[in-house]
Amino acid sequence: MDTNFTIIGGGVVGMSLAWGLLKHGHEVTILDGDDGSYRASRGNFGLVWVQGKGAKAPHYARWTRLSASLFADFVEELTETTGIPLGLQQNGGFDYHFSEESLARTLATYEKLKQDLGADYPFEVLRGDALRKEEPTVGPEVQAAILHHEDGHLNPLKLLHALHKDVQRMGGTYLPNHQVVTVSKTDHFTLTCANGETFHSERVILSAGLGALALGPSMGFVTPLEPERGQVLITEKLPPMLNRPSVTARQVDEGGIQIGATNERVGFQNNTTTRGLASLAAEAIRTHPFLAKTKLVRSWGALRIMSRDGLPIYQQSPTMPGAYLVTCHSGITLAAVHGKRLPGWFDQKDDAPNLEKFSEDRFRL
Amino acid sequence: MKTASGFNTIGEAAEQAALVPVQFDSKDYMLPEGANLAASLLAAGVSVFRNTPASGAPRGPFCMMGVCYDCLVEIDGVTRQACQTQVSANMQVSKPAIPAAALREDDHA
Amino acid sequence: MRETDLAIIGAGPAGMAAASEAANAGIATILIDEQPTVGGQIYRDVQRVAPLRGAMLGQDYLDGLPLARAVANPLISHIAGAVVWQVETDGTITYSIDDQSHQVKASRILIATGAIERPMPLPGWTLPGVMTVGAGQILLKQSGLIPNRAVLVGCGPLLYVLASQMLKANTPPLAIIETQTTGDLMAAMKHVGGALRGWRYLLKGSKLLAALKLGGVKRYTGARNISIEGEEAVTGVSFDTGGKRQIIACDTALLHHGVVPNVQISRALQLDHDWNGQQACFSPKLDLWGKSSEAGIFIAGDGAGIGGAKAAALCGRLSALKIANELGKLTDAELAAKAAPINAELSSECAARPFLDRAYPPFREALSPRDETIVCRCEEVTAGDIRKAAALGCQGPNQLKAFLRAGMGPCQGRGCGLTVSALFAEETGKPIAEVGYFKIRSPLKPITLGELASLEKDAD
Repeated sequence: MDTNFTIIGGGVVGMSLAWGLLKHGHEVTILDGDDGSYRASRGNFGLVWVQGKGAKAPHYARWTRLSASLFADFVEELTETTGIPLGLQQNGGFDYHFSEESLARTLATYEKLKQDLGADYPFEVLRGDALRKEEPTVGPEVQAAILHHEDGHLNPLKLLHALHKDVQRMGGTYLPNHQVVTVSKTDHFTLTCANGETFHSERVILSAGLGALALGPSMGFVTPLEPERGQVLITEKLPPMLNRPSVTARQVDEGGIQIGATNERVGFQNNTTTRGLASLAAEAIRTHPFLAKTKLVRSWGALRIMSRDGLPIYQQSPTMPGAYLVTCHSGITLAAVHGKRLPGWFDQKDDAPNLEKFSEDRFRL
Repeated sequence: MKTASGFNTIGEAAEQAALVPVQFDSKDYMLPEGANLAASLLAAGVSVFRNTPASGAPRGPFCMMGVCYDCLVEIDGVTRQACQTQVSANMQVSKPAIPAAALREDDHA
Repeated sequence: MRETDLAIIGAGPAGMAAASEAANAGIATILIDEQPTVGGQIYRDVQRVAPLRGAMLGQDYLDGLPLARAVANPLISHIAGAVVWQVETDGTITYSIDDQSHQVKASRILIATGAIERPMPLPGWTLPGVMTVGAGQILLKQSGLIPNRAVLVGCGPLLYVLASQMLKANTPPLAIIETQTTGDLMAAMKHVGGALRGWRYLLKGSKLLAALKLGGVKRYTGARNISIEGEEAVTGVSFDTGGKRQIIACDTALLHHGVVPNVQISRALQLDHDWNGQQACFSPKLDLWGKSSEAGIFIAGDGAGIGGAKAAALCGRLSALKIANELGKLTDAELAAKAAPINAELSSECAARPFLDRAYPPFREALSPRDETIVCRCEEVTAGDIRKAAALGCQGPNQLKAFLRAGMGPCQGRGCGLTVSALFAEETGKPIAEVGYFKIRSPLKPITLGELASLEKDAD
């Protein structure tokens, strides 16, 4: 046997799992795609975000909050061993509203969720001077903002870099340009790569983002995934301008302001469009007018991995026990819980989280 | 004509345009109107155009053809390549503001 | 949106020649360029400057005059001071003038954005006072500016051209520190062959060298371990030559070891590219007319592969003729007849290339810089950082960019892309052709968010 666990996919999800499994004493090999793969891990927005998540699925809200609460420890451990600071800030985040109507609609869903969570959902509404005191660059059109105290952000590229570094420090084997094309099982798993190499493993985790679409069905998964394009902008580096992140804009630790993101169902096209970029810029300027004079340096389009209901999937294969599908569109926010709690689930430890509601059963009905 | 700048300006060029006032980092200069801003500042003795946002290191014009962005300056609140800009009267030019992180990089390490 | 038959990006030799050839064939052409006047880098501002200091700049510069004059044609609309920041495969070009974006849709696009200087990462190359030899030429041509205490570092004919112009202006460089060796020259001799053009280049080169010698310009060849000295600005250049360490004090160091195609637009369009081993650079995959892998998009001039100004103009003409043919303005027979003499001239023009490429190879220390040398000037990423990240098991340059930010700054990898790919290839043992290059993202050059936002209402 080559290894206990083989992980297919070396993005933030796969690397978080590898990191956690290595900490639990497993041998881990990660087989990753090539430089041109879709790579949601390079195209994301870097939020560690709680508000609004699981508005209709309290179990997802709880899972997200658990991850947010584990983040500080997770990042501290990573930075301590790799020396890479990740720029984590969890001082809350804003959801800006330009009209009372949209604010009221959003508040109604938050209030409902708060009830479902036993009144534990720390958010408040800021307006007028109180809002401008917290975030001085907010423009006159902004009517109000919902400040959720559990929200935050970090540098997602540094997170991925640190995960790679720490996984290899702990003895994990990372192999890029090893696209897995078939997985079969006898008493163990055999994985064959496009380059002809084969690997043997006791267990297999499929965390290949949209790459799971090709392999999932043959491994007994429903794999109900679709791409959703998000276009994102990043500006030149500025002195500190934004105190807290929002879904509209956040200031990266290096100084650039990241502006996001569109939600578009356009298949596998991951290009940018003039219209998409212009609308993002306009929305950001409406929120923070100073941005009108700020230079845009780069834009990109990336594909989110959306399940049919938008929630993560954690599923052991019914036809190939020992094979697991792990997929979600919030790989950054869930990185801490993936690294710190999923190993217990794979090993069926007593303190393993109950993930039944995240199984694919919900799609089989 | 010898200048204090370390650059020699060939006669004909110096005679071409009318000189207009330009400020760079709060200092006053008289530069030829319509001339290349980066070249004019170099001729006037300016060698550091900016400090990098990553480490704060000093930089000046490098490629003079709009490729390298090392001559970035701030003009009326917008960062621009000095080598791609023409001098106009009363331009307010400064080094671009940089993230505080660039000034305290060592504390992070 | 404005529409046109042909849009040419770049008004250097290839762009100017293509525009006039297209106009002669009756094609409405838009010629878009960043500079206030046509000429590109090689013929920068030639119409204004020629009467001022044409004699000092020499005939090679004055050769740009007829090209520039021919742009004044009612069928050519020259859009000056325009920064192209997006090109799309449907023929839409978005450009910025004075912080306002404009769009034009062309049925054919010719990319004529020329060359950039090959990145020359050396210790200290980011200090104020270090510039490229090309920058030195631009300062001289456009602004009549010459550094008083300059040292030229690197290799290639451009060093001699600038040094002799400086000499004519009574401000010779303090020294030329050259990286090529006598061995390089000997190996190159076999490429001179019977090609008349090759001999002519050689002759021109030896005349330049003789003039420099007569003028007392000191030359050092085979220099190694080159470092630019200084803390806050250049104070000198140190190097090994003939087994001895030398240091030459100076205020300005001008670097050059060849030019490479500016592939920013062709990469952003994701056109096919090949690795050109002889010129040690990527260049777009083109047919003999300059047609790219994307229908309707042509590339001519040094951006298609380095051939110099004369060859660039000839290639521009060939592309324009083929475009005229595709647009129904020239029959196949007319195309063949017009192209034949241009092709003949082109092959004679290119005859000297193998000699020049071999005689002045890129400086090895700058292709594979020492660990502490900064490679990405924007994000200040060193060669050592890149080697370490590559060893960690990156999939390629784009992963490396994500890990280190190399290539993510405002220049978008123009200054480090080739070095990053080369270091990655060196570290992983993969051929550079397989390693590939950065993905180039919109905007090709930074624009304000306000300008971008103003396109929201225009976009359909």
